[in-house]
Amino acid sequence: MEDKNILNLKNLNVYYGDFRAVKDINLDIPKNKITAFIGPSGCGKSTVLRAINRMNDLVDGTKTEGEIIFQNRNIYNPEVDAVSLRKQIGMVFQKPNPFPKSISENITWGAKINSYKGNMEELVEESLKEAALWDEVKDKLNENALRLSGGQQQRLCIARAIAVKPEIILMDEPASALDPIATLKIEDLMKTLCMDFTIIIVTHNMQQASRISDYTAFMMTDDKRSGNLVEYGKTSELFIRPKNKQTEDYISGRFG
Amino acid sequence: MEIRTDFNDRMSKLNNEIVKMGVLVEEALDKAMDSLINMDLDIARKVIDEDQKINDFEISIEDRCIVLIAREQPVAGDLRRIITALKISTQFERMGDHAVHIAKGVIRLDKDPKPSPLFGMPLMAQKAKSMLRRVLTAYIDRNAEEAMSVSQVDHEIDSLHDEVINDVFNELMITVSDHHKAITLLFINRFLERFGDHITNICEWIIYSVTGEHKELG
Repeated sequence: MEDKNILNLKNLNVYYGDFRAVKDINLDIPKNKITAFIGPSGCGKSTVLRAINRMNDLVDGTKTEGEIIFQNRNIYNPEVDAVSLRKQIGMVFQKPNPFPKSISENITWGAKINSYKGNMEELVEESLKEAALWDEVKDKLNENALRLSGGQQQRLCIARAIAVKPEIILMDEPASALDPIATLKIEDLMKTLCMDFTIIIVTHNMQQASRISDYTAFMMTDDKRSGNLVEYGKTSELFIRPKNKQTEDYISGRFG
Repeated sequence: MEIRTDFNDRMSKLNNEIVKMGVLVEEALDKAMDSLINMDLDIARKVIDEDQKINDFEISIEDRCIVLIAREQPVAGDLRRIITALKISTQFERMGDHAVHIAKGVIRLDKDPKPSPLFGMPLMAQKAKSMLRRVLTAYIDRNAEEAMSVSQVDHEIDSLHDEVINDVFNELMITVSDHHKAITLLFINRFLERFGDHITNICEWIIYSVTGEHKELG
C-alpha cells in the first residue's frame, strides 16, 4: 500500500468461547481513506470491526489474540484504556441510535463526559455542519432527536461520533436501514469525512463498497466457519480484476 | 444450484450476437474479394447494401451491453466480458466498412477495361479471414494464448501490404503510368491491411477480458 497507514492488524484472532470467529487477519488500514469489509453473513467482518475499538471486550467469553497497532502500540496492551480508545476510534451502528434527548444534547454528550472546555454551541454547529445535517436542523436544535427521519438520525449519530474528534470512525452497515436517497447522502458524507478521518465500513452492499471505498477487504469462512481474509487491495483493482476466484464469484453474485 | 441464470443467459445471447456479427463480417470480406477477383459489380453492390446488417448488429450489441451494465451492475470478469463485447462490435463495424470500401474500389476499377493485377492482395484477404475465424473461436473459448497467437499473423499481412505497395509502384506507376488504377489498388491494399489491425485489437480485448491486463500487440 502506498498510502500512509493508521492501523495495522497483525495475526488477529477473535474467539467467542471455543469458537474461532476470526482467523489470522493481517492487514494495514490506510489513513484518511475509506476501507470496506465485505463478505457473506457470518464471515467475521463485524467481529474484526468491533475488535478495532475493543467493542468485543463487552461480550462475555470473547478472547482476542494478535495485535492491532494504533499510534505505535497494541490497543490490546493492558495499559490501554478501552474507553479513551473508543474516543479516538468511534463507531456508528446499523440502526441509528440517537439518545432520546435533544439534537444538541446528542452532540454535547460526548464532549461533556470528556470535560470539553470549548464552546458547546460552536461544537454543535461545527459537528452538524460536518455531518451535513446543520441546514436541516439548525432551527430545532432543542427538539427530541427521535423526531428526525432515519437518515437524519444516522447523520446525527455520525455528528455525535465526530464531535469527540476521533481519528477513526468505524461504521457497521451504516446505511442498511435507510432508503436509497438517505443512503446516498451518507455515502456523500463519508467521502467528505475521510479528508479529516479514517473510515472503516462493514457493508453487505457490494455496490456501496465499490462506490465509496478506496480499499476493500473480502472475508470468507473456512471449513471450520472461521472468518479469514481472502483478498485485500485497492477497490478499483478488486472489483475489476480480483486475484482470487472466491472473490470473483462473491462480487459477481455467484454465491453468498 | 446455479445462481444468476438470467444474467448468464443474457451473456450467452450477447456472445451469440458477437459470433453472428463476426460471421457477417467474414462474408462481407469474402464477397468483397470475390467481386474484386472476378470484377463482379453485382456482388460489389451487395456488399455495400448488406453493410446495414452489420451496422444494425453493432447497435443491437451496444444496447444489450448498456442494459446489462444498467440492470446487473456487473463487476470483475463479467464487466470485462461486457466491455470486450462492446469493443469487438466496434471493430467489426469498422471491418464491415472496409469491405464496403473495397467494393466501392471494385466499382471504380471497372471503369477501366484492362484487368487489374492484384499482387498479394488475395493472400492478404485469406490471412485476414483465417485470423477472423480463429479470433472468434478464441473469444468463445476465452483463450488468451490463442488470441496472442492470432495477432502474430498481422505481421504477415503487414509485410504483404508493403510488398503490394512496391508492386503497384513498380508495375503500374513507373512502367505504365496508370495512376488512377494504382491509387485505387493502393486504397484496397490499405483496407485489407486494416482488417489485420482490427483483428489484432480484438485479440487485445480478449486478453483483457480473460486476464484483466491491457496488452499492446500492434
